Amino acid sequence: MINQVFFFYFSAVIVATSVMAITRRSVMHGVLYMLLLFFHIAGLYLFLNAEFISAVQIIVYAGAIMVLFLFVIMLLNLRDDIKKRQFIATWPMGLLVSSGILMIILMAMLTIKTGTQGQWGIAQIERLTHTVAIGTVMYTQYLFPFEVASLVLLVAIIGAMVLAKKRIK
Amino acid sequence: MAMFGLPQWLWAIGVIVVKIAIVLGAVMGHVAYATYFERKVIGRMQNRLGPMIVGPFGILQPIADGIKSFFKEDIIPTNADKPIFFMAPILGLMAALASLAVIPFFDGFVVANINIGLLYLFAMSSLAVYGIILGGWASNSKYSFLGCLRASAQVISYEVPLGLSLVGVMLMAGSLNITEIVNAQSRYPGGMYITAQWLGFFVFVLSAIAETNRAPFDLPEAEQELIAGFFTEYSGMRFALFFMAEYTGMITMSSLAVLCFLGGWTLPPFVLKMMPFLGVVPGVVWFAMKLYVCMFFYYWIRATLPRYRYDQLMAIGWKVLIPLSLVNIVITSVIKMFLHHGGTP
Repeated sequence: MINQVFFFYFSAVIVATSVMAITRRSVMHGVLYMLLLFFHIAGLYLFLNAEFISAVQIIVYAGAIMVLFLFVIMLLNLRDDIKKRQFIATWPMGLLVSSGILMIILMAMLTIKTGTQGQWGIAQIERLTHTVAIGTVMYTQYLFPFEVASLVLLVAIIGAMVLAKKRIK
Repeated sequence: MAMFGLPQWLWAIGVIVVKIAIVLGAVMGHVAYATYFERKVIGRMQNRLGPMIVGPFGILQPIADGIKSFFKEDIIPTNADKPIFFMAPILGLMAALASLAVIPFFDGFVVANINIGLLYLFAMSSLAVYGIILGGWASNSKYSFLGCLRASAQVISYEVPLGLSLVGVMLMAGSLNITEIVNAQSRYPGGMYITAQWLGFFVFVLSAIAETNRAPFDLPEAEQELIAGFFTEYSGMRFALFFMAEYTGMITMSSLAVLCFLGGWTLPPFVLKMMPFLGVVPGVVWFAMKLYVCMFFYYWIRATLPRYRYDQLMAIGWKVLIPLSLVNIVITSVIKMFLHHGGTP
């Protein structure tokens, strides 16, 4: 019972804040609603016994990425956003694409089958703590994909530096 | 355990509320008197007396300051973004106070003993910058705006070494739970991780000073160039809220240094063996004494060092502190691997 109440609260706030984030006139207010959204996503993770992911969600998204967003917005100093009536001219196309995605999600939801219970049940994670569990899995079973992902990020960092540098001798 | 006819869950909530009240009361008292001691210490170092008028040796000065800021007029700039202007100081103080929830002041006394204590602290300290950024932006003033741009770049840069410098401690203790880190330290031969993690401690101290925007890294509020930086337009109680958030942040960072590097509420085993009578002193006394030393260090370098230039600040963060903390992680993990597994991973 209390689980459903919590889940309903988090999902309702997530939906409401994401709608608010894209409908605000002021970009700054939109970003603040997004901050609220990240907090509720972190709450949802915590509710699923994933405390490590929940903390990382706040540190990375709320603490670093959102601050960078704010930084860019402040540097651009978008003051004419309040006067303009509409930002994007191609909204019918956006509506078409997003309703298509919604259809796919609904179809997936109706036909989803949960797999068999593996090694990492809730009891096992509560015994080991989530940080230990995720670390063990990531550095043994899924070491290769993990390293590939870090290589992709490294390439992105070097690429950004090359692009930002004016001239390479 | 149904005491006084109350159900167990209500009893548990009551205990937590009482703990929160004790922690808040103690920390707010310390915040008030941290300002007094800062003025006294810096006064002494600059050959002045510091506050002397209100009460004997000016001891009632923080109370007078509090009353004054409470009754001052609350001025709001005409073109300020009002909701964000109102919210910013509250958000800053809220993030600073929320991080106190996971700090154990002595054995067993902690509001929330969670497994990811250190990560939670990082999350809250990275949120503290929102108060600064939003306050500076919403004021709609050049000085505030420059202050908040500096603050956001500085805090993003220094969060990285701050987190990485504590990874060595996490590796040695094998836990993210702060109480367990302190217990692991008391089992460690030296009794304090500062002996093995001196490199990590060095990086931690510098990044903690930059993260709390204190001198010599106080560029966001540089009085001489930006008047007061992000809180130029704030007055009265809202200004006091920013001030409280800054000092609470200092207390949190000092407590983190005490808990992760200086042994928390415990004494090193060899000291206890030499002087066993020290064991009867409650742990909170040792915690407070170590905390005061760290706070004194904050004041000391503020009175000693001039402010860094902005490019120097960025260069120290990215070119010195981050490589040093990465080296520290590699050394710590290699030594731990050899000690625990004899060289075979």
